[in-house]
Amino acid sequence: MAQIFGNFSDQLSVSQEYLTIVLSPSSAPLQQRWHNNGLSADFMADYFATFFPRSEESVSNNNSKVKIKSIVSFIANELLENSMKFSDYATGYPISITLQLHEDGLVFLATNSLNVHAVHHFQSLIQEITAGDPRELMIHRLEKNFEEQNNDTSGLGLLTMMSDYLARIGWKFETIQKDPEIVTVTTMVSLGL
Amino acid sequence: MEITTEKYSVQYDATAKIVTCRGALRLAGMDEYAPIVQLLDQVIEDHPSILMLNLQELEFLNSSGINVLSKFVLKVRGQKDIRLVVQGSNAITWQERSLTNLQRLMPQLELTWE
Repeated sequence: MAQIFGNFSDQLSVSQEYLTIVLSPSSAPLQQRWHNNGLSADFMADYFATFFPRSEESVSNNNSKVKIKSIVSFIANELLENSMKFSDYATGYPISITLQLHEDGLVFLATNSLNVHAVHHFQSLIQEITAGDPRELMIHRLEKNFEEQNNDTSGLGLLTMMSDYLARIGWKFETIQKDPEIVTVTTMVSLGL
Repeated sequence: MEITTEKYSVQYDATAKIVTCRGALRLAGMDEYAPIVQLLDQVIEDHPSILMLNLQELEFLNSSGINVLSKFVLKVRGQKDIRLVVQGSNAITWQERSLTNLQRLMPQLELTWE
């Protein structure tokens, strides 16, 4: 059974324009492949920038080529970094990221496996970062990381997307296999244009 | 003091009291950022009365990097007698979106745009 948190929609309209990148977690160690996150994110950004600006009249805040490139690159990179961090490599389950172009915005979907024991931790992190005004939560988290000498920056990228890019974010947890158990999480980031 | 790689550089000009970050910083977590944190700590130890942080050529910064810059600003805030001026670029989207967070962490911080 799937568990949903935040702004996750299963009933997205079909997008004709989308791009999916799949990374197999077993071909090379994580450290060597970190660099790939930036490459993949920049490729997505360059590819989608071609569709912008969508019309001359609507060159709004998010709409110029340069801005869209920078926004897509930031969000895709953060999603890939999170997927790499949380993925349960023992399952051999791939990491995937999809970006869809819709009439009213962009939708990112990033999927990775998650260690069964990490599910609870991840869900409490989600509860923490969705429990109020993202701008306040972001400043609070930065202050807290500093005071506690905390080197765990989890959640900061997601908070930045919500606070500085006005993104809506949702999560879907699914048990896709029972024995051995494999749990996946899909993070959905929606960005209005 | 200087850290330079193919993708980014962080420099401290101890005479002019300017820290300059350039390129794309997307290192893996705080461990990989440790040398940069160390450099920034040394800048604070140098105790300049006015310190410039020039980010005008920093094209990309991931969230771990945002954490590093925020910690640096909070350390400077704790010093009380260092005046911090952050130089940003309006043409770089992440800066336009996220740099004011530094000012929210340290209201006395001066933010200038090119």
